[in-house]
Amino acid sequence: MTALLEARNLTRILPETVPVTLVKDVSLEINAREFVAITGPSGSGKSSLLYLLGLLDRPTSGEILVEGRDTRPMSDGELARTRLSMIGFVFQFHFLLPEFTARQNVEIPMRKMGRLSPRAMRERAEEILSALGLADHFDKRPDQLSGGQRQRVAVARALANDPPLVLADEPTGSLDSKSSEQVFEILRELVSERGKTVVAVTHDLDMAARMDRRVHLVDGMLAEAED
Amino acid sequence: MRLILDIALTHIAGRGRQTLVAVVGVAVGVGFSIAMAALMQGGQDDFVKQLIDIMPHVQVTDEQRGARRQPAEDVFDATAISGLRPRDDRRGIINPTAATAWLSAWVPGRFAESLRTQGVVRYQGREAGASIIGIEPETERAISPIVEDFTEGSFATLSEGGNNVVVGDRMAEKLGVGLGDTVTAVSSSGLTRNFRITGLFHTGTTARDEGEAYMLLKNAQILSERPNAINDIRIKLDDPYAATAAARRIEAELGYKAVSWQEANESIMEAFVVRNVIMYSVVAAILLVAGFGIFNIVSTITHEKARDIAIMKSLGFSRSDMQRMFVFEGVAIGAAGSVAGWLLGFALTYALASIRFELDAGGQEITQLPVAWSSMHYAIASFFALASAAVAGYLPARKAARLNPVDIIRGAT
Repeated sequence: MTALLEARNLTRILPETVPVTLVKDVSLEINAREFVAITGPSGSGKSSLLYLLGLLDRPTSGEILVEGRDTRPMSDGELARTRLSMIGFVFQFHFLLPEFTARQNVEIPMRKMGRLSPRAMRERAEEILSALGLADHFDKRPDQLSGGQRQRVAVARALANDPPLVLADEPTGSLDSKSSEQVFEILRELVSERGKTVVAVTHDLDMAARMDRRVHLVDGMLAEAED
Repeated sequence: MRLILDIALTHIAGRGRQTLVAVVGVAVGVGFSIAMAALMQGGQDDFVKQLIDIMPHVQVTDEQRGARRQPAEDVFDATAISGLRPRDDRRGIINPTAATAWLSAWVPGRFAESLRTQGVVRYQGREAGASIIGIEPETERAISPIVEDFTEGSFATLSEGGNNVVVGDRMAEKLGVGLGDTVTAVSSSGLTRNFRITGLFHTGTTARDEGEAYMLLKNAQILSERPNAINDIRIKLDDPYAATAAARRIEAELGYKAVSWQEANESIMEAFVVRNVIMYSVVAAILLVAGFGIFNIVSTITHEKARDIAIMKSLGFSRSDMQRMFVFEGVAIGAAGSVAGWLLGFALTYALASIRFELDAGGQEITQLPVAWSSMHYAIASFFALASAAVAGYLPARKAARLNPVDIIRGAT
């Protein structure tokens, strides 16, 4: 079976005056329905690896295959379309568009995709938000929501087009412990109940310990901790 | 696409006051451009209309443009002849009856033949140089507006026969004559005859009011000792803009110099072209300046919304989606400014058209600014406004679209 996501010898070097190596020769496979933690000390290249896997950034060398397809020859537009249908992002900060309500924010990826009728989009957005416990907050703008609520809206938006892969960059990094726990549970349920694959960058080792698999990075290279 | 427009509109709406300033900037540019174009076009049209009304559309004189074709040129394949000049013994148009018959056969319009000669008009020891113009009152009436310009007497008195003459009011003043006085006309060949003044005209053109005297064609022919001669045919065409073609055909057939009104006023027509070039340069400059306002606002938005750009890219928007969004923001401001500018331009033009003022100290000519209403002006001003808005939006848009979302996300965390 082809892996959902496969990285081969990924290297990312920032072309500054003194070149900075962010990720060095990383190869890994991520299969469907896995809940993977990427851990490592600050500056070890965790986030950089996640952005490469999420096709937001292009590697300096090496290749990334999504469902067996090589992404290197893809144009900017093709990469954008792949992100749109295959990948949902959740960041440390919610990154919602401030002028739009919670429901509108969730509808944006669906509208970009343009497959559903406006009515179906609305129903689907409300369904996802309700499932995440936000049934009372459809029409609130981000500044009227708490941090935990915003982060759940961000998760709902990541799920809008029902992508098989969700990438999270420190999804609980800016939340208190109660909200953190809520969001973590949601991510875990995505894997166990909805059959998604979730890859989360975290520096919280307790949280990483509760996930299926851990990828440990040191100085941009894979360390032994793979288990 | 709707989605991109929706997001773009929230960006613009989020900067209400700045957007308003940019829109007003474009509107003022478009409005003044329209008003200026209306005024300049109006002045030009008015001037051309006066030219067309006053001047003959084609004037055929007994001059020739070039020397006659030499027999040697017919015989030999290659000839070089130097020093040729057109004949300058001016006897008038040869065989005028045939010429006028030919003209009346095809020219779409009216024409009048006349004999124009230089002479002197004398009265009690004073004298004035004059163009003595012999005309047929009936045909002259059809092609010249002079009939309308009489202050005393009338043009019709010429057709009564006898030795009548009508002169410009300034000439009469200079000579000290009035209606009914008898003056002496002296031709260049020295012949003198007495004429009675039966009319005074005022055309508004000093050279004519001071120096023209009209009499029957027959009298002018006698005075200049050129029986049956004419040396001038003036044509009014039904379509003034056919004058160039008509003049070319007449000149080719008759061999005499035929000048269209456009040719006669070539330098003025050229000046109009230069004026229009200047005007549209100014219009472009004004709207370019308005474009800076748009550049400024779109540029500010792209900086302010850098995070949104990153997040939208992560959601699956492409570089060109982002570019389109910001170009649209610029064009939307340009379009809003254009529409507001149309209203402003219309109002300004209307205001200019309704200003009345007295030009002549005598109070005779109350006039108003000539204004041309043309949708072309609105289209041109909007075109410049939208083009400069698109460029002003495109420059920051291109930069914003190139941003690497990862850099922005890293900067934010």
